[in-house]
Amino acid sequence: MRRRVAIIGAGMTLFRRRMLETGKELSFEAAKMALDAAGLTLKDIESVVEGSAPDAFDGIHMKGEYLIDGSGGIGKPYQRVYVGGGTGVFTPVAGWWNVASGLYDTCLCVAEEKMSPLHPHPQYAFWSIFDQILERPLGTTLLWIFSLEMRRYMHKYGIKEEEIAEVAVKNKGNAVDHPCAQLGAKITVDDVMRSEPICSPVKRLDVSPPSDGAAAVILASEKVAKKLTDQPVWLDGVGWTLDSTHWTNRDLAYPEYVEKAAKMAYKMAGIKNPRKEIDIAEPYDPFDYKELHHLEGLQLAGKGEAPKLAIEGVSQRDGDMPVCPSGGLLGVGNPIAAAGMMKVCECFWQLRGEAGKRQVKKDAHTAVAQAWGDLMQVGTVTVMRS
Amino acid sequence: MRELSQKITSYPGHEITPEDLKASKYLEIIQKVEPKYSWAAGVAISRFLNELKEGRLIGRKCDQCERILVPPRMYCERCYRPTDSWVYVKDTGTVNTYSISHVGTDARRLKSPLLVAVVEIDEASPGMGILHTLSEVEPSRVTIGMKVQAVWKPAEERQGAITDIRYFKPFEGV
Repeated sequence: MRRRVAIIGAGMTLFRRRMLETGKELSFEAAKMALDAAGLTLKDIESVVEGSAPDAFDGIHMKGEYLIDGSGGIGKPYQRVYVGGGTGVFTPVAGWWNVASGLYDTCLCVAEEKMSPLHPHPQYAFWSIFDQILERPLGTTLLWIFSLEMRRYMHKYGIKEEEIAEVAVKNKGNAVDHPCAQLGAKITVDDVMRSEPICSPVKRLDVSPPSDGAAAVILASEKVAKKLTDQPVWLDGVGWTLDSTHWTNRDLAYPEYVEKAAKMAYKMAGIKNPRKEIDIAEPYDPFDYKELHHLEGLQLAGKGEAPKLAIEGVSQRDGDMPVCPSGGLLGVGNPIAAAGMMKVCECFWQLRGEAGKRQVKKDAHTAVAQAWGDLMQVGTVTVMRS
Repeated sequence: MRELSQKITSYPGHEITPEDLKASKYLEIIQKVEPKYSWAAGVAISRFLNELKEGRLIGRKCDQCERILVPPRMYCERCYRPTDSWVYVKDTGTVNTYSISHVGTDARRLKSPLLVAVVEIDEASPGMGILHTLSEVEPSRVTIGMKVQAVWKPAEERQGAITDIRYFKPFEGV
């Protein structure tokens, strides 16, 4: 029998382009903050899950093992999970297995990323995720894949670059109120449109920055959670699916793998009409169009209709369904695995009404966090309730 | 006041700014890691590469879902069974999507922008695209749905690599 799982604490470090702390030290800081918030010490933790994305950023092989002492995993059942950019939301999904299965009553979930070690630029690591025989010889960069997908999405539904830019404006604006944010700023659609073209149609301000940082949550069984807090946030649905690495054989206008992951999580949480039942969404937004793509995959907007949400105010922080009230990857920053976990942390703080200046206007009870990654092929989803 | 949570008032971490680096405020430990690999191309892709050397494109057919798969694979990932036969396909196709890249692999600016595209290959199943580059066309004239054809290296220069196709250019045939 599946047990109900709660989030009882959350923590994160600053997100910055380059941090003095090592990955271990970042993991420790985020985990310690989450433990303190839950009123626990490491002795109370029965299992530990660490999420971290490509080893190539750090140049450290067996990164999970390297990070173990900073993550509090020594001498405990410890797992490192990895599904590229989807890792941050996959980390609490794996933590959920630990607790829902009945194996453990408490699980510490930490997600960490140091992108800064790789020179001259972290982007270089992404070259090696492409097919080594048929794609790398063409001189690939990950930006190609985003620009190709963005163009296909715009073409299929007749969406303009200006409409997509509204997402960058909203998220960077929201991040101004986030104390850990790297790129919070009040900008305009015009600023985005006039920013330097990188891979047309992708421009500088359509993109999230490379970052260092960590974030963590504490999961507990219902029995333990109710003893420790009056305000548990229930992790009521989890979902994940992966598509093939044959990304050039895929429909680039719609993320079907996100739809499948979302439907799995919604079914588990008993959500029948996502658009009506979900109060806050934190979809993965490494690029502004990706927020729109993912809102459609999450069934929170019809196909090709997501751009209307920001323009009509629905997805603004004071709107009917705030999207990325944290400021998202575009504003808070994108330390890959930590960025997805930051979204789970934001849902936790929002659902407890603790988010201060970032607190959404509406009375929120249900939130969804989603991440995406690998070679355009994974969707990871969590549904949370207060 | 900006806060993570009303219960949290300090935020851990120390940023290293570019100025800090310039002023040597922090130590840097630099190592170069240069692994070298020799990959087996596999059963399906070895044949595909050998056909490229001959100036031809080839796919594999799955008799169950009737898809012609490009790039070819020896198993159908959907039906999860071995594919059945080799099928030559044309070296022409349709632009599914394209981008004008101003940056290279390590994110440095390119001297001149590169046109990249997903090209859906004619006679393969719908949606079967490959990644390649476009040339002999002004970036502003490229459109989704445009017909293109492969421009091959001369036979003596081909070596069984995806770059045996130099690029795709607008289709001039009928």
